[in-house]
Amino acid sequence: MTKKNKRFKLETVGLTKSFGSKKVLEDLNLQVEDNESLVVLGGSGSGKSVLIKTIVGLLRPDSGSVLLDGDDITNLSTKGRSNLMSRFGFLFQGGALFDSLPVWKNISFYLIHNKYISDEEARVIAEEKLHVVGLSKDSLDLYPSELSGGMQKRVALARAIANDPEIIFFDEPTTGLDPIMKNVISELISKCRKEFGATTITITHDIDTVKSIASKVALLYKGRIVWSGPEHEIYKSGDPIFDQFIHGRIRGPIKVEGVSEK
Amino acid sequence: MKMIARIGRLTLDFFADVGKVVLFAYKGTQCVFTTPLYFSQILDNLIRIGFFSIPVVGMTALFTGAVLVLQSYAGFSKISSETTIPMVVVVSITRELGPVLAGLMVAGRVGSSIAAEIATMKVSEQVDALQTLAVNPIRYLVAPRLIACTLVMPILVFIADVIGILGGYLVATEKLGFNAALYLNNTMTYLKADDVISGLVKAAIFGFVIALSGCYSGCNANKGAESVGTATINAVVMSSVLILFLNYMTTQLFFTV
Repeated sequence: MTKKNKRFKLETVGLTKSFGSKKVLEDLNLQVEDNESLVVLGGSGSGKSVLIKTIVGLLRPDSGSVLLDGDDITNLSTKGRSNLMSRFGFLFQGGALFDSLPVWKNISFYLIHNKYISDEEARVIAEEKLHVVGLSKDSLDLYPSELSGGMQKRVALARAIANDPEIIFFDEPTTGLDPIMKNVISELISKCRKEFGATTITITHDIDTVKSIASKVALLYKGRIVWSGPEHEIYKSGDPIFDQFIHGRIRGPIKVEGVSEK
Repeated sequence: MKMIARIGRLTLDFFADVGKVVLFAYKGTQCVFTTPLYFSQILDNLIRIGFFSIPVVGMTALFTGAVLVLQSYAGFSKISSETTIPMVVVVSITRELGPVLAGLMVAGRVGSSIAAEIATMKVSEQVDALQTLAVNPIRYLVAPRLIACTLVMPILVFIADVIGILGGYLVATEKLGFNAALYLNNTMTYLKADDVISGLVKAAIFGFVIALSGCYSGCNANKGAESVGTATINAVVMSSVLILFLNYMTTQLFFTV
């Protein structure tokens, strides 16, 4: 038995993933401590979504491993994976609410199908979780198509936290929302960490979101983490790629198609 | 050389696809025979696939029976038509036309909707969401549809048999002036349990194939609205071709051995 490394809540070791000939993640190493809020930055198409989907097991890495509390969770059986999911929460970019189910069944979905709770219990829990995300019980019987974008995100968040997960993943949580709703969601993400003690991993390309929720920041570029450090150091990283990204400069080490060198 | 390489590539792709479908069918069937089963999903699909397909299957059968009588009346000599026409109708509907036409209609109506629904769920990440909520998408989406479709097709084909024979009866007696009692009597003489049962067995196979094609195409959608359209087309083409192919194979098995 190898000695478990308990220092990190979650760790990726040499994670590699390609689609065809395109290498999306290349020998990627990332560490997240317990109750930390990690924000992974990256340009559009940089493989941020692939990274978190590989971590939770929606995608299988070509090589490398993912460690949770020091245990390798990369190649679990379907059943093992299913048990593991109870410790994770995942907020998808578009919410990914089940459109055939009302809000309350969406929120309690995990508990209905894994803990076999009754409809009454499911409604009570759904109401509780809706309250956490700042929505009233009036929405319980609505269908996802009847909700606005911001409300869908909040209901999806309520669903992601319904099983009191240890780690919550946020895939572009604030993309496509108005500035106020952005802050509402950011505040909810911080709340997950501060009040429920969860570890959060957020991917985004939005610098405002970084400032409001991050305790640790990392930049994904060309399949690797080029810089990572605490949030208060983002303006003194000393890394030219990171610097260019957070200031949004169009010239620098990151080459943009259609932009001349000078 | 290029030509040969292309033929080789196409052949390899074809067998790779066959392998994927068989593997998918295996995974789906495995979930059908193990717990947990999602009964509310099964019930929901039984109603959507079965009950709401009755009108379209019924209409198809009615007109098929009717046109069979008209065509065979034109073909057979007037003297022997009193006995041959009921026979032609009863045998061809119970053995072949009932299951195949009902199968093709359901493939168009249900196979496409299964594919579109699952593809939309896939594209909007709802299938991924199922996994993050510790629910196996094959178990939750595929198995209930396989069960519902396989159970419901024999019932639909039975209804098609009855309505098809009725359609023939109506045209024969009302339009062509056949004696009603004699027509019915001849119909009963040629109505064989074996023929009906072989049709119902085919129906169950077709039902499985329709659900399988719909689910497989839906689950293989990748991104964007276009892939939903492609999935729908694939489902209908795949299930129709498989129905015609398996119809031949089962006919050979049932009636020549």
